[in-house]
Amino acid sequence: MGKEENWELWLYIAGQTPKSILALENITKYSRDHIRAKYTIEVIDLLKSPQLAEEDQIFAIPTLVRKVPKPLRKIIGDLSDKEKVLMGLNIHPIGAADGK
Amino acid sequence: MKDNKNIFPKTPTGVDGLNEITGGGFPKGRPTLICGSAGCGKTVLAIQFLIKGITEYNEPGVFMSFEESAKDLTQNVKSLGFDLEKLIAQKKLKVDFVRVERSEIQETGEYDLEGLFIRLNHAIDSIGAKRVVLDTIESLFSGLSNTGVLRSEIRRLFQWLRDKGVTTIITGERGDTTLTRQGLEEYVSDCVILLDFRVIEQIATRRLRIVKYRGSTHGTNEYPFLIDENGVSVLPITSLKLEHTTSSEIISTGLPGLDKLFSSGGYYRGNCTLITGAAGTAKTILAAYFALNSCKRKERVLYFSFEESPNQLLRNMLSVGINLNPYVKSKLLLIHSSRPSLHGLELHLLSLHKHIREFKPHTVIIDPISSLVTVGSRGEVGAMLARLMDMLKVHHISALFTSLTHEQPIDYNGSTEEAVSSLVDTWIKVRNEETKNERIRSLYIVKSRGMGHSSAVRDFIVTENGIKIMAAVSLPQEGQNGLEKTVAVSGNGLKHKF
Repeated sequence: MGKEENWELWLYIAGQTPKSILALENITKYSRDHIRAKYTIEVIDLLKSPQLAEEDQIFAIPTLVRKVPKPLRKIIGDLSDKEKVLMGLNIHPIGAADGK
Repeated sequence: MKDNKNIFPKTPTGVDGLNEITGGGFPKGRPTLICGSAGCGKTVLAIQFLIKGITEYNEPGVFMSFEESAKDLTQNVKSLGFDLEKLIAQKKLKVDFVRVERSEIQETGEYDLEGLFIRLNHAIDSIGAKRVVLDTIESLFSGLSNTGVLRSEIRRLFQWLRDKGVTTIITGERGDTTLTRQGLEEYVSDCVILLDFRVIEQIATRRLRIVKYRGSTHGTNEYPFLIDENGVSVLPITSLKLEHTTSSEIISTGLPGLDKLFSSGGYYRGNCTLITGAAGTAKTILAAYFALNSCKRKERVLYFSFEESPNQLLRNMLSVGINLNPYVKSKLLLIHSSRPSLHGLELHLLSLHKHIREFKPHTVIIDPISSLVTVGSRGEVGAMLARLMDMLKVHHISALFTSLTHEQPIDYNGSTEEAVSSLVDTWIKVRNEETKNERIRSLYIVKSRGMGHSSAVRDFIVTENGIKIMAAVSLPQEGQNGLEKTVAVSGNGLKHKF
C-alpha cells in the first residue's frame, strides 16, 4: 500500500439527497480519522455531469470510488457501516490497530 | 378494454411475422417483457428490434446491456449481419454496458439506482432514442444484495420509461415457477412474450408465444421462429380468412394430354395442385412438366426437392426428355434441396416462406410434401399446410405438391393425404398397376375445383421423350386388359367411382 500516494476518493451523488449528504458526512469523518496518507474527496453530481455515470460505471447512488491508490474500489450506499467502509477501502482503522 | 375503440399505437418490431401476430408491433412508448431460458434468442430479438428500428423506421435506439460488453455484443451479432459499429458511429445506436460485479462492489447502508436512471436518460437524450433495450436487468440481482431496493427501483424504472415515452424491450431469464426469475412480469403489464427452445425427437424448435398484451388482440398460439443469417423471423400467420382474390386465367399443366382432361384446358393460375401416388409413379416427372411450362412462360419457378439434389433432379429429368438446365442457368428456375430431417416441420415451412419471399416465384413445387409430414407431428400438419397454401394463394403463386402414398392404406399416410387433399384445388392420382407381365401407369383426376374434368382413368407411358398419355379407354369391358380388372385385383382402398 503506497503510503506516499495521495488518496483520491470520489463520491458520486445525484443532487443533495439525504442519503448523499449522509454519505459525504460519513466518508469525511472516516477519512479524517483513519487515512494516514494525504487524501482528497471529490463530490461528483451526476445531475450536472451525467456522462460520467457511464464512463465510471456508476448505477447506484451514492457510490464512493477509491480512484487512487489502485486497484479501483467501489462502495455503494450511505456508508453508514464504518467497519464495512474501511474494509472496502482497505484501510486499517487507526483506533483499532493502536488500541489492541 | 376490448370494447374500447381506442387502439393503442404500436411500434413495428422489425421481426418478420411478429408484427402480424402482435397486430402491428409492440406497444408504443411502453415496456415489453421478453422472457425465456438461456439461449432462446432474447438478445438477438431485442437487438434486431433496435437495428431495424434504425435502418427501417429511422428510430435511434439505446441498448443497455447488463451481461455483455459492447465489444462482445458487436462480435456476437456480426454473424447475423448486424453492424453495430457503423450505427454507433452514426450516432443512431448507443450501447452501454452496465458492469455489475459482486466482487467489486461493497454495499453499506441505503442507496438507490438513480445513477442508472441518469445514465439511461443521458444515453436516450444523446441520440434522441425512441427505442430502448434492457438486457438483462435481472443481472442486478446477482450483483447487489438488497433485493427490496432493487425491486422498488426496477418498478420505478419501468414507470420512468413509460413517462419518457420510449418503446422498451426488457429481457428476463425464465425462472422455475415464474416467467422471470425475479417476477418482472408483475411490473410489466403491457406486453409479455415468452420464447422457448425445445428439442423434440432430436429436432430443435424455437417457439414464441404472446403471454399477454394489454388492450390489444393478439395471436394466442405458439409460433415457431427461426434465427438464421438474417436474424429472427417468425412464421407469419397470414390470414386464414380466405380473403384472397382469385384468378380465372388458365395455365397449362405442361402436358397437353393432361390439359385435355380439364374442361378449361389446364389449371387456374394460383391453384394448388396435389399429385399423389406410390413410389415410381412418375409424380416428379409430372411436376417437372409443370415447372418447365412455367419457365417457358418466363415465370420464375421455385422447386423444393426433398429427395433429390438439384443435379440429380436435372439429370433424371433429362433422361425423360425434360431439359431444365437452361432455365437454371437463366435463373428462372431455382431448385432448393434439403433433407427433411434437417429441421422440424415448422422450420421447413418457415424456410419455404423465406425462400418464396426472396425469390418471388410464380410457381412453387414441393416434391414431395409427404417428406415434410414425416418430420411433423400429425396434429400440426393440417394447420401448417393451410398456412403455407394460404400464403401461396395470397401471392397468386401456382403450386404443385407431390405426395408419396403407400400401397397399403397406412394410417399415417392416409392422414397426410387427407390433410393436404382437402386444401388443394386439384388432386390428381397416379398409380402403377401390375398385370400379368407388365406394369401399367395410369392417372386420373380426383377433383378440380371450379372446372369440369374428365372422370376417365388414363394410362400413360414414360419414354425417353417424356410422358405420353394414351387415348382414353372407352368404357372398360369385361376381359379387357384394362382398368376394371386391375382395380378389382388390387382391391384395397383404391376403388373409386369414375
